Amino acid sequence: MARQPVLSVRDLTVIYETEQPVTAVRQASLELGRGEILGLAGESGCGKTTLAYAINRLHQPPARIAGGSVIFHDREGEDIDLLALKDEGLRQFRWSQLSMVFQGAMNSLNPVRTIGYQLDDTLKVHDGSLSRAQRKERAAEVLTRVGVDPVRLRSYPHELSGGMRQRVMIAMAMLLQPQIMIMDEPTTALDVVVQREILREILRLRDELDFAVIFITHDLPLLLEIADRIAVMYQGEIVELGTAQQVHQQAQHPYTRKLLGSFPSLTGSRSDFVRHGSAQERSA
Amino acid sequence: MTTSTPTDPPRPTGASVADSTLIAQESPAAPTAITGPGGPIAGPPPTPPPTPAAVPPAQPRRRGWRSLLPTMTPWLALGLTLVGLITLFGLIGPFLVGDPDTIRDIGLAGPTGENILGTTQTGQDVFSQLAFATRGSLQIGLIVGVLATVLSAFFGIYGAYLGGFADEAFSLLSNVFLVIPGLPLVIVISGFVPPESRGLWTIALVLALTSWAASARVLRAQTLSVRQRDYVSASQLSGERPWRVIVVEILPNLLPVLASQFVYAVIAAILGEAGLSFLGLGASNSSTLGTMLFYAQNGFALPLGAWWWFVPPGLIIALFGMGLSLINFSIDEIIDPRLKNARNARRLARTRKES
Amino acid sequence: MSSVKVTDLTKDYLIRDGLRRRRMRAVNKVSFELTPGRTVALVGESGSGKSTIAKLLTRLERPTSGTIDVLTDDGARVAGSAYRREVQMVFQDPFASLNPFHSVAHHIARPLRLHKRTQDAASTRSEVLAMLERVNLTPAEEMAERRPHELSGGQRQRVAIARALAPGAQVLIADEPVSMLDVSIRLGVLNLLGRLQRESRLAVLYITHDLATARHFSDDILVLHHGRVVERGPADAVILDPHHDYTKLLALSAPDPNRLGGVVRSTAPDRDAIDDSVCYDHHLGDWVPSGTQEVAA
Repeated sequence: MARQPVLSVRDLTVIYETEQPVTAVRQASLELGRGEILGLAGESGCGKTTLAYAINRLHQPPARIAGGSVIFHDREGEDIDLLALKDEGLRQFRWSQLSMVFQGAMNSLNPVRTIGYQLDDTLKVHDGSLSRAQRKERAAEVLTRVGVDPVRLRSYPHELSGGMRQRVMIAMAMLLQPQIMIMDEPTTALDVVVQREILREILRLRDELDFAVIFITHDLPLLLEIADRIAVMYQGEIVELGTAQQVHQQAQHPYTRKLLGSFPSLTGSRSDFVRHGSAQERSA
Repeated sequence: MTTSTPTDPPRPTGASVADSTLIAQESPAAPTAITGPGGPIAGPPPTPPPTPAAVPPAQPRRRGWRSLLPTMTPWLALGLTLVGLITLFGLIGPFLVGDPDTIRDIGLAGPTGENILGTTQTGQDVFSQLAFATRGSLQIGLIVGVLATVLSAFFGIYGAYLGGFADEAFSLLSNVFLVIPGLPLVIVISGFVPPESRGLWTIALVLALTSWAASARVLRAQTLSVRQRDYVSASQLSGERPWRVIVVEILPNLLPVLASQFVYAVIAAILGEAGLSFLGLGASNSSTLGTMLFYAQNGFALPLGAWWWFVPPGLIIALFGMGLSLINFSIDEIIDPRLKNARNARRLARTRKES
Repeated sequence: MSSVKVTDLTKDYLIRDGLRRRRMRAVNKVSFELTPGRTVALVGESGSGKSTIAKLLTRLERPTSGTIDVLTDDGARVAGSAYRREVQMVFQDPFASLNPFHSVAHHIARPLRLHKRTQDAASTRSEVLAMLERVNLTPAEEMAERRPHELSGGQRQRVAIARALAPGAQVLIADEPVSMLDVSIRLGVLNLLGRLQRESRLAVLYITHDLATARHFSDDILVLHHGRVVERGPADAVILDPHHDYTKLLALSAPDPNRLGGVVRSTAPDRDAIDDSVCYDHHLGDWVPSGTQEVAA
């Protein structure tokens, strides 16, 4: 790993304090390099979303961080212990250094406000020093970056397509030039053609702006396409962590291989699928 | 599964149990295939850890109809106790007390051993009056509750299921009833009906007619959402008749809403009837908590400081309303499970603070 | 055995736009045939009209024009309540397609009784258990008494399949049957459908947005764009040798481990330049017009 780390997660454990406590994330450790795209793969209930939220301390009761550490390495060489941050420090840290694109985020835009207003509002809250004109300029700039015409600043969310709204959400996450973006299934609700456009956009922006991305999805083939490294989560643990190529060609954990085998190849031979399939019919 | 809440907790349903055991069953097939050293993250765990996504087995599975029942909380217990005691008093009380109309020459006497709640201006026993009045009020509440619920269910659910013109017509009707100012209309109707034919049923009918519309709107909205669900389509697809689709597939999902609307209708009816009777427009020859208050008012109970005359009926109305409301809050938790999660989270936060 | 012949199927929706009403053509002159033992995949993105076709075929909606004929072996048309028996559907969302208040047994027993496949309670019960075993939900006795929330997504979808087959359906419409399931159980459900199809020689319409499973799971593929069929033919021919720009774009956009870097680094046809008015038919080996060219206002 030639990359400098931007985020180190050590032995992070998250417990759901229900009547019988459930360990949703068990001693997860990973290091995110500057400008790296780290894929986090797993199926529903495996703890991948819980992990992402815990890193940002956005988890809500009954979830509780039971142990471990999350250290953010600032560009200036300063280390910030995220789990020790007080409320105000955490508020300032979020979004300006680490932003998130939520699952189904495109539906979380306020329907009665224009896109421009919502971008402006985010800027105003986090950076009081900017003038009105500067804020407008910045909002137009990020929209252009994600490939949306700045005239859309005056549009309302319902006037945009799903893909367009998701781009706006990515623009909003980029607004304060964070060093890390966590994307939770950002393209799952979109059609493949739109998904392709958004993925291209994310890769291009990463190359231009050098932020790191934690990309959460159940779609392993998609991660193989875009991620530098991939972590596979299963039952709350990271069972596999390696470069995309390693994961693809020499997966160590049986679950990773099972997951890979669950995606029939579009262009591969047909017999491949039939063999995998009949073995799995009974178990599904 | 899309969720707007920013956490992705293990789904607290049996589904996740099944899902995780299923994965657990499938993985053992593979270990033999593992070659190589197997670093800290490679290879399967030596012993399968307790599945994190699994719901604790201690939590009993709530089957079918049981899932319709609210969770017992101190507030629900209080509500049930209040409603239970008052109902019991209204049911049994009248058989245990003396004639409430007996006139004695101990007018306006405070509580004594003989008359435990004192007497009225004309020497009638307040306690026996209270027993009969509670029964009268409960009767009105029950009749109106049932009538209003039936009306709202018919116009709300049936209209929404049929859709099209019927839905428009039923909607219009309930909207019209919704904008009619209830109490003034009730006063006008009660005023028109001559006192001798103004019986219990007339009043109940009038109250029911003015109170079903809001519930019908709620039920219509709920039905529209349930009707969209795939299992209703699937049922229609298999050739079920409309009434069966409504009764068997849609209605069970509306039961909590219906129950809550019923409870609400009962509260509204008891209060409405008390208001009418207080104005002297209630059912003639019947005795309810409202008529008691009416007579107390006419007998200058307040200026004379005869608290034993007006406080008990007022208190019973208030406590009964409170009990039903507490029950309703618990029913609301079935309709919207997020309320329950919020409550559990609050309790958890409290216990953590204490420990 | 039954087959389905769909001819020039068209569906318009009226959209209220303020005071004006506007026609939106969701399905535009779509024709195809479903024959026993074969699977036809209908591939398209959201809004392509594929779910509308499912609703039309299951008679949850009426077509604006065009015909859907279900024909028995001797060529007789199936009508009335028999249609409900012949054509059944598996829905997309297994969490919404089963009523949370009823047991698994109820879901399967109702269509059995409704279509008089069983006469009394005992025979219904044994038939329900047999159906559950056919879809690998064992032990059937225990599964029959469960409620939907006690089942996993894959198990629910198996119940939904059993329910669809319960009336004795010969034609199965599977509307994205696995897209809401966890990836590791998708193939299992698809293979189950495949086995049932072979056992009972069902005619299956597999509706999906996933090109890869469409290719592996079906014999023929229709690619739908804006309500029109833009490419049709044998599964391998359509996927491995796409002719229409839209099919090419779809194929390029699907992540494929066998072709890494294809999705994000290759150049694809421009979406705005796609011509819907023609359709490439691999059986004919030629281009044919698709849909009506003018959409009535």
